[in-house]
Amino acid sequence: MIEIKGVHKSFGDLEVLKGIDLNVNRGEVVSIIGASGSGKSTLLYCINAIEKINSGNIIVDGIDVHDKKTDINKLRQNLGMVFQQWNSFPHLTVLENAALAPQIVKGFSKEKAQEIATKELIHVGLGDKLHEYPTRMSGGQQQRLAIARALAMEPPYMLFDEVTSALDPELVGEVLDTLRLLRDDGMTMICVTHEIAFAKEVSDKVAFFHEGLIEEIGTPQQVLDNPQRERTQQFLSKVL
Amino acid sequence: MNLFTPLSWSDSGFILTGILNTVYISVVAIIVGSLLGLLVGFVRAESNKSINMLLGAFLDVLRSVPLIIQLILFTTFIGAMGYPLNPFAAGSIILSLYTMAFMSEVFRSGFDSVPTSTIKAARSLGLNYLQTVRYIRIPIGMRAVFPSWLGVALSVIKDSALVSVIGYMELLRTAEQLISRTQQPIMILIGVGLFYFMISYPLSRYGKYVERKMEI
Ligand SMILES: Nc1ncnc2c1ncn2[C@@H]1O[C@H](COP(=O)(O)OP(=O)(O)OP(=O)(O)O)[C@@H](O)[C@H]1O
Ligand SMILES: [Mg+2]
Repeated sequence: MIEIKGVHKSFGDLEVLKGIDLNVNRGEVVSIIGASGSGKSTLLYCINAIEKINSGNIIVDGIDVHDKKTDINKLRQNLGMVFQQWNSFPHLTVLENAALAPQIVKGFSKEKAQEIATKELIHVGLGDKLHEYPTRMSGGQQQRLAIARALAMEPPYMLFDEVTSALDPELVGEVLDTLRLLRDDGMTMICVTHEIAFAKEVSDKVAFFHEGLIEEIGTPQQVLDNPQRERTQQFLSKVL
Repeated sequence: MNLFTPLSWSDSGFILTGILNTVYISVVAIIVGSLLGLLVGFVRAESNKSINMLLGAFLDVLRSVPLIIQLILFTTFIGAMGYPLNPFAAGSIILSLYTMAFMSEVFRSGFDSVPTSTIKAARSLGLNYLQTVRYIRIPIGMRAVFPSWLGVALSVIKDSALVSVIGYMELLRTAEQLISRTQQPIMILIGVGLFYFMISYPLSRYGKYVERKMEI
């Protein structure tokens, strides 16, 4: 379970998160929507400690992420993250991209790491690209590689930060299909997304962010079909 | 008896030694200079402004003072201090430092070329700082600057001719001795020039080829 309690985060004078409370249970899919600059990405970065927080707590399976005593590299193995940009490692093949972290972070043998990586790459539909270099692939394929690369660490949680928004429209579908696949596997996921229809379809909970606070949270029916807050209504009328 | 004797086959061993000495000191300077340059380039890519200014000033001096002056200054200085070094050791030290000054800039721009988002992605997979340097930043950064690295390495081979001024018997100094014995300067110097050309030209073509390939 991921427990986010009263998290505040500032960049210099700019307070980006102003007290976020959010719980994500095992097996849940939570989508985060909201205007640009409302702090969605920042929250994800705080969850796996790429960014520090100013106050509050983020607890993952009982471990305080921002406690100085926490071994952050170990904790990150539980939190797969995929970004807007796919960030392929251009000097490695598709298989090596996905096998790198299991091998050097988990200390698996090369064979074992490649076996796990191959399994995940097949899962996301890249089984025929194992020895290709990622720079020769489409954005959609590279984004699926990024998902498989994170999955190869076998994390219980996955964090997705607008993983389709840098893609050409015709490539969005294949990546969303991959996310649906993960939901069907029972993966716990937090998805920051602009794809409202997708959020409605896959989420157990939807959180609407506004200026560093959760303005409204609930089931997709509550938040997307019958928003109670005026700001949610305004936002949805703009994006739908 | 004739004071001068023409070039003959019996000189080939002498010439070969000169060639090998040129290759030897160049390879030493390129390896040592690259390793130090990698370290200094990394420190520069990672450091704050004030450390960078300090290091940058030191490197600027190494790059701006002509190599020949550095060579003579260094040998004279250590001689005067009472620690004379043989020409190879003194030449290697100065040529390596000179190489380092250029290589550090090459590598620094290599490190800078690795996007922070790629580094974040690696960290998010659980790689620690050093693993990210070792498996992501060095290989990606170094690939990006390979053509520039090769360019510096080639100019080091050519610059190594200057180490002749402190008495190291590399190719040029070997040639000078042969010239004073044979009085055949034109032929010998053309031969020496040809040797440098034969090494530099194919490698610089190769560098261009890699550069073109990387653009695609
Ligand atoms: N490293 C940083 N340094 C300074 N300011 C930052 C940094 N990262 C984000 N910000 C600022 O924090 C605010 C929130 O950014 P964040 O990326 O979390 O927004 P977002 O909700 O993800 O927006 P988008 O939909 O555009 O991705 C923005 O005003 C942004 O400019
Ligand atoms: Mg964002």
